[in-house]
Amino acid sequence: MKTSEIVNRLNLDIIAGGNGMQRDVTGGYVSDLLSDVIGHAAEGNIWITLQTHQNIVAVASLKELSGIIIVKGSTPDADTIKRCNEENIPLLLTDFDTFRITGELYNLLLK
Amino acid sequence: MKLFRADLHIHTLLSPCGELSMSPVNIINMAIRKKLDIIGISDHNTTRQSSLVRMLAEKKGLFVLRGAEITTREEVHCLAFFEDNDTILRFQELLDEHLPNIPNNPLLFGDQIAVDENENIIYTEKKLLTNAVNLSLEELEAWVHGNEGIFIPAHIDRMKNSLFSQLGFLPENLKADALEVSKKSSPDLFMKSHPEVSNYTLIINSDSHFPESIGTAYNNFLMEKATFKEIQMALACINGRKIC
Repeated sequence: MKTSEIVNRLNLDIIAGGNGMQRDVTGGYVSDLLSDVIGHAAEGNIWITLQTHQNIVAVASLKELSGIIIVKGSTPDADTIKRCNEENIPLLLTDFDTFRITGELYNLLLK
Repeated sequence: MKLFRADLHIHTLLSPCGELSMSPVNIINMAIRKKLDIIGISDHNTTRQSSLVRMLAEKKGLFVLRGAEITTREEVHCLAFFEDNDTILRFQELLDEHLPNIPNNPLLFGDQIAVDENENIIYTEKKLLTNAVNLSLEELEAWVHGNEGIFIPAHIDRMKNSLFSQLGFLPENLKADALEVSKKSSPDLFMKSHPEVSNYTLIINSDSHFPESIGTAYNNFLMEKATFKEIQMALACINGRKIC
């Protein structure tokens, strides 16, 4: 499933990186510790987090993630938005909390 | 120029984790006994005890940097210090506005009280001070530098509440006056394992929560005299000032 389809099915807001929506999503990863994501997320995963700091973009880029979903309607930092646009990493927003959006994504990808 | 001994990370009894013996008078007496010339008062997300420490210390020739140890939205601990009264008051308003309204439970986290010079309780902070304030690392940095303050991410070697533990690696273009390592590391040791910090001034502080800990780590500032501006110059290594 492509990132663009997940955006439609889960009703996510696209905040930045709209040019990177055609990648295949290989699965999901949920963590707020950047070192954990660096260590354990797999290429093509879509990442669910509450972190909004610009360092998340470097992590997504390094791990070649297919997108970042920010939970609970938080506003990403301005630098984060800018860098996601530069690096074509979809920065997506949901009002749901981590538990809910993870469940929805799990049903979509793995059930 | 001469050397000034500085320990810039000391909690008072107002921090929930600070011992009740960390009253302004006790802190000053211990700092003088440890031959410190400069101390930083940095309680968790509050400046409310720092002005009394400064006032009492001035009479004894001890210079006090007033500020706080702020927990950013990313749960990164950062030291911030300001020179004048008006800025300290405005900074306190900023903290009050951005610290969530969650009450402290003293049985779980410790008491949050401030005292006067006779050690009478004059204030009890009701909000839990160790929570994160709703400001990002960069938003905090911008406020501090916009108000001519000193901004120092704290204990960056630690595996909790540090720049590295919370954000994985050094953020690009971080504007910090220095980076602090804890007593468990040293500036040289940390620099060896993290060469990317070599563009920053590294300092070491005690992060004291009880009196005997004060001055167990300190820096030698080479400066003309103990003032806020001289300390800023020493951290920036300019005009012949530096940390030795």
